[in-house]
Amino acid sequence: MIALEKRPEPSRLWRAATPLVAVALTMLAGGAMFAALGADPVAAIRVIFWDPLFDPSFAAYARPQLLVKAGPLILIAVGLAIGFRSGVWNIGAEGQYIMGAICGAAAALAFYPAETRAIFPLAVLAGAAGGLAWAMIPALLKVRFGTNEILVSLMLVYVAESVLASVSSGLLQNPDGMGFPGSRNLAQWDAVANRELVAGTGMHWGVGAAFVAVIAAYILMSRHILGFQLRLSGAAPRAARFAGVTPGRVALTCFAISGALAGMAGFFEVAGPAGQISIDFGSFYGFTAIIVAFLGRLHPVGILLAGLLMALTYIGGELAQLTLGLPAAAIQLFQGMLLFFLLATDVLVNYRLRPRRREAA
Amino acid sequence: MYRRTLLSTAAALALGLGLPAAAQDDPMKVGFIYVGPIGDGGWTYTHNEGRLAVEEHFGDAVETVYQESVPEGADAARAMTQMALSGADMIFATSFGYMDQVLEVAAQFPDVTFEHATGYKQAENVATYSARFYEGRAVIGHIAGRMTETNTVGYIASYPIPEVIRGINSAYIHAKKANPDVEFRVVWAYTWFDPAKEADAASALIEQGADVILQHTDSTAPLAAAESAGDVIGFGQASDMAEYKPSPRVSSILDIWGPYYIDRIEAVMDGTWESGDTWHGIGEGMVGIGEITEAVPEEVRAEALALKERIASGEYHPFTGPLNKQDGTPWLAEGETADDGTLLGMDFYVEGLTGEIPN
Repeated sequence: MIALEKRPEPSRLWRAATPLVAVALTMLAGGAMFAALGADPVAAIRVIFWDPLFDPSFAAYARPQLLVKAGPLILIAVGLAIGFRSGVWNIGAEGQYIMGAICGAAAALAFYPAETRAIFPLAVLAGAAGGLAWAMIPALLKVRFGTNEILVSLMLVYVAESVLASVSSGLLQNPDGMGFPGSRNLAQWDAVANRELVAGTGMHWGVGAAFVAVIAAYILMSRHILGFQLRLSGAAPRAARFAGVTPGRVALTCFAISGALAGMAGFFEVAGPAGQISIDFGSFYGFTAIIVAFLGRLHPVGILLAGLLMALTYIGGELAQLTLGLPAAAIQLFQGMLLFFLLATDVLVNYRLRPRRREAA
Repeated sequence: MYRRTLLSTAAALALGLGLPAAAQDDPMKVGFIYVGPIGDGGWTYTHNEGRLAVEEHFGDAVETVYQESVPEGADAARAMTQMALSGADMIFATSFGYMDQVLEVAAQFPDVTFEHATGYKQAENVATYSARFYEGRAVIGHIAGRMTETNTVGYIASYPIPEVIRGINSAYIHAKKANPDVEFRVVWAYTWFDPAKEADAASALIEQGADVILQHTDSTAPLAAAESAGDVIGFGQASDMAEYKPSPRVSSILDIWGPYYIDRIEAVMDGTWESGDTWHGIGEGMVGIGEITEAVPEEVRAEALALKERIASGEYHPFTGPLNKQDGTPWLAEGETADDGTLLGMDFYVEGLTGEIPN
């Protein structure tokens, strides 16, 4: 038998290196899986990690797409990480993302077909408010009735998906859409389209917001008293209570921040890359962002890099499907391996394995 | 704008090299974008069967690529762009929700030919196509009406969109003709493919007395539920679902895309391809009726096949008056048939159906 024994002082070097080790291990295990599927493992790894960035026929298109894909992941993950470091577990960012998109789109569509750009900031705020309001449900239930925020926030994702299905074929349905589900296309309406800030870079308003969020979160968590209180209540809840930090306020703050950011991400997505509210608008960004948050070690800058890496595996994974004929499920497995190896190496950094002698019976 | 020109130059370059050569050695490259996994046993499975038929028909002259489980929205635009950049000459986008993305990508790659399933927006290089599944529903609706002993038919619907409402109406009209006492119970599952939800819906309908289950969702779960309930029959959807023969699966509606795909690819090769909208039914072979098993009495089978023949030959239209809308207002006069425009935007039940279309 093997037992885990907590290391008194985990190595700082290894803590920083685990994401890299996890990526390397994923490449090895993933390569073995691709080989078992009959693909050349080296070629597969190259297509996933190299071609989107440097292949002459794809890179010009794929590089901007990295930002488009990473933008919402980073924006959501930054908010989630603040909660995770404070011991507040918002697992329902997907639902807040969907509700933000619905509220933002609804606020904008209320003015259709006005042509003033003033609608755009208004809709961004409405999106943030929608996500925030949805996040307040698990937060308030936790504070008031002591419910488990993990379960409640997760379950509310499925409620949000039902609301999405309902408004796509009801409230927000395109009146000119011949009865098909789906709202008007916001990306084709100049007043609210979420355009690229610099043409050809993929850098739309949402990506810009993600970068701002990274910087703001960094300042909040390492320079601001609120950040200190949040971190304290995550690391030592009892000590935090003695220091006058109320757990209820921590939960509300964390849910408010992560909900608002997820809601904003939802609106930027619906007004830009996705274009419209439709039944299948939810695209698991809210769940993938959880992986991104942990892959980035819950640190804003780490999350920035992790978001880009995750986007790379998505875009490279699609290329691998296309050029090597790998099944979509294999790519998803590959992404799953990344989280698995990260968590596994984390365990080994914090604990040591010790063979336990069998007791004489 | 820079990006747009860059992209179209890249595409023009790829095509400039690819197209003239296609006539000689280089195979024509055809891409398929699927919304589900190719193993879903339903919608995507049948489109992939179409792709395999293309490969078999053209051999080395055509190379096919595909990407499965592509979410609708931004991901679809990227998948199609990457396909075009990798040298695809023609792309079949096989889900309604890809519509705006197809048009967006098609505008950037004017030399690539796009075919969009079940959409309604065309462009110079974008054609749309769909099948008149309601013709098939008329036939199985007839069988359902004749086979039910409880006079209750359960219907698992997916989303309240014209396509699905059309199917319910068509099945109901013909069940009612075969059996004036028949009643339909419709459950909205809000999914195209979710075995657990579909099984729940089927069980609920069976508990309410339905002994025939019709489904507009893609999994075999309703058939499995029918089998475990015993004495309940159902029909294969999209693919044959032959593993449930001879009962509960007594027949099926088949989506047959291969011949259309082969036709359109040939048209691109010959330079005769034109944009447009295709809506084919049983007559053209895009909709099929799977084998009617021995669980169905010979007499009913003969009636169903005769109905199928009359629809196929164009002698009979499944929406022929007199027909009223659910609220009793007249829709079609005696002998009048529905026009395609009304059918494509259908948002009402016909008279006799109970319940409301959710929205």
